[in-house]
Amino acid sequence: MNNLIQIVSILAAAIAVSFGAIGPALGEGRAVAAAMDALARQPESAGTISRTLFVGLAMIETMAIYCLVIALLVLFANPFIK
Amino acid sequence: MIQSPLASTPLFHLGPIPITAAVVTTWAIMVLLTLAAAACTRRLSLLPSKAQMVLELLVGTVDQQIVDTMQAAPRHYRALIGTLFLFILVSNWSSLVPGVEPPTAHVETDAALALIVFGTTIFYGIRTRGVLRYLATFAEPTWIMIPLNVVEQITRTFSLMVRLFGNVMSGVFVVSIVLSLAGLLVPIPLMALDLLTGTVQAYIFSVLAMVFIGAALDDSTPQILEKPQGTL
Repeated sequence: MNNLIQIVSILAAAIAVSFGAIGPALGEGRAVAAAMDALARQPESAGTISRTLFVGLAMIETMAIYCLVIALLVLFANPFIK
Repeated sequence: MIQSPLASTPLFHLGPIPITAAVVTTWAIMVLLTLAAAACTRRLSLLPSKAQMVLELLVGTVDQQIVDTMQAAPRHYRALIGTLFLFILVSNWSSLVPGVEPPTAHVETDAALALIVFGTTIFYGIRTRGVLRYLATFAEPTWIMIPLNVVEQITRTFSLMVRLFGNVMSGVFVVSIVLSLAGLLVPIPLMALDLLTGTVQAYIFSVLAMVFIGAALDDSTPQILEKPQGTL
């Protein structure tokens, strides 16, 4: 029984990280594309755009980080493994 | 088996209280920041020295960010926001020192920081509006929203904590995994990336703290802005 929970936990961690990375990856791609567009239109405001882009990317990336935290919780702090 | 990033082993015991490595690092960073601030502000002059110049630039930037984000005079918030930013920045960068693990890579430190922001939000909300009018903001726009608004207060504090913890911890974790798999100099690009992540996360944490506190402030009374000198 304990063995089964461990196997399922490892699977769940892998699935959480892999599927949790899809959404942020798409979102970051759109954000960078929009920033490139803005940079091409207005190269003079490159400073503001890139600063906002970095902050926005970090915010989007947090979603993937949440999944990573969940995966680590499942792997290392699983309450169901005795 | 890699050691769990969620566990923290006590270094030594001070009476009944276990002291972990993160606590020692936190206190070392606090002492460092305090001594540096005291040394820089010891001899302030109108013709600034190099250290005073850097300090003035830093304080000016923090003030400008507070004015931009909160639309309020930076006087009350400068100390808290500036300290949060500097402490998180130095903590995140402390992984560069060999043998030191950043205290923000442990969930306890981040929980403490997020709780400080949570408490400050309530404090300033009550101070500018009064208890009853602050509680009434939970019933905006209608009373149906009360449970959602209460839950939002808790979840945004929690996400503030997990965001900082996850970013810093994942950096440390990845570096340690790569170090155990590959050689000595291989994780250096990842460490350089961690520096960027650490800076951005410190900035985001303080900006979010500003946004949360600013949202709790009373926006009906006009805040008198101190015009920064020398700028339009």
